[in-house]
Amino acid sequence: MTIVIGFEGSANKIGVGIVRDGAVLSNPRRTYITPPGQGFLPSETAKHHRACVLSVLKEALLQAGIQPADIDCVAFTKGPGMGAPLVAVAIVARTVAQLWKKPLLGVNHCIGHIEMGRLITGAANPTVLYVSGGNTQVISYSERRYRIFGEAIDIAVGNCLDRFARVIKEMAHKMLGAGECTPEDLCFSLQETLFSMLVEVTERAMAHCGSREVLIVGGVGCNLRLQEMMEVMCQERGAKLFATDERFCIDNGAMIAQAGWEMFRSGHVTSLEDSWVTQSPCHPDLPNVQPQCMSQLAPFSSPSAHSARRQTG
Amino acid sequence: MDIKKENSSTRQFLSGMELLKQGAEARVYRGQFLGKAAVMKERFPRRYRHPTLDEKLTHRRTAQEVRSILRCRKAGIAAPVVYFVDYTTHCIFLEEIAGSVTVRDYIHSTSKTDTEKLHSLAERMGQILAKMHEEDVIHGDLTTSNMLLRTAMEGGSLDLVLIDFGLSYISALPEDKGVDLYVLEKAFLSTHPNTESVFETLLKSYTVSSKKSAPVIKKLDEVRLRGRKRSMVG
Repeated sequence: MTIVIGFEGSANKIGVGIVRDGAVLSNPRRTYITPPGQGFLPSETAKHHRACVLSVLKEALLQAGIQPADIDCVAFTKGPGMGAPLVAVAIVARTVAQLWKKPLLGVNHCIGHIEMGRLITGAANPTVLYVSGGNTQVISYSERRYRIFGEAIDIAVGNCLDRFARVIKEMAHKMLGAGECTPEDLCFSLQETLFSMLVEVTERAMAHCGSREVLIVGGVGCNLRLQEMMEVMCQERGAKLFATDERFCIDNGAMIAQAGWEMFRSGHVTSLEDSWVTQSPCHPDLPNVQPQCMSQLAPFSSPSAHSARRQTG
Repeated sequence: MDIKKENSSTRQFLSGMELLKQGAEARVYRGQFLGKAAVMKERFPRRYRHPTLDEKLTHRRTAQEVRSILRCRKAGIAAPVVYFVDYTTHCIFLEEIAGSVTVRDYIHSTSKTDTEKLHSLAERMGQILAKMHEEDVIHGDLTTSNMLLRTAMEGGSLDLVLIDFGLSYISALPEDKGVDLYVLEKAFLSTHPNTESVFETLLKSYTVSSKKSAPVIKKLDEVRLRGRKRSMVG
């Protein structure tokens, strides 16, 4: 029996989750929400996290009905994410690990999403679309590593949608003023175009890897229209779509705990010296975690999925 | 689906053809067109997309593909001959490159120790891509599956043919050419592990084959860094 506690605070969500051998025992979370029209800034976000992390931790232990002594490993988000919030949470993880005398594990945030997605949905070897406020990537497991087959270089889809909403009135005032269209029309068009792009790139990755499963993770993955479009594409190819709900699509502590659980069982730990955090991904090919039941890979076939840019011109 | 399209002569024509494969974007058939061995590429409607968006994208991709192929051919770059285009069904009828193998399969079947073979292939690839970029054609989907090798004559140079111009467009910007090469690099290295030196040969050959290459390579270096450094949140 292995129990892992996970701390996640790389963006505006602060979550602490506890996982025991594939069962989520608790997963409380708080979200830092700024007034409408404003994005969230690192220092303010870190302040928010510092203020409530200990309450969330207590809640996690209480809901799971376990004591610190029962825990086998303390996992935390090493990166990527925003600097100040990452540090704020890492400090707590390091402190409790030392207090409780438990090993530490720095986890990659993206892998956290993927591992939780796989656990909750039971997907065996999916092509993963990871799309959120800060990330837009198509990932597949290949030759013992999770590999990024395509990614947005300039801005993530979630961030794009948020910013568009903030600037729409200024940028499109002529069109709106002339009554050519409504703000709703513009938002609808943007969403349809972006989501078509995501589905297309995912399909190309599936064709390239010979995959019959799709897993959507990340906050934007909660969107029902995106799930609907992906489902249509999957049906046409005879593939299966796996999606989670907002408990696990959105950043949470249990996903870090779950990825930590996989790593811990493979013998990984993170020493205190190596427990620094990083804003950017450490390596484009994400560090290998040996997931359970990872069966033999499907052979590659054309066409490629690399053309993430210029999809809709 | 539009009744007119369903009963169109193209659809009837295609139903007599051999379906080669169904990719993410199109169905590819094989058969005869006016007595010539031909390949038919049909961009079928994607139901997950809004119909207006679908029509716009499909039409644009079909037109771009044909335009880019013709532009390449005019400049002496090997690409299939375009026999016919049907814009109602978004179907392109192309020359079948007989007796060919994809560069991907060629590399897979070449022993890792046969470095000379791989490097002369890379040299040829660099040359042909440099020529294409000199014409300001951005392929948009450069992979080793989108390049064919016509089985070479004795002692002849490697006969490379570029295909699949569906994501192509015209641009003079070094940035766009740099990204084009970046896409190939990612595709190349992930499909053919441990071939960094082969790809380096490709880039070197590209650099010497074109006067406009220096800013492109510079942009490629910039683009390589870009994907990694950005901070990811959420």
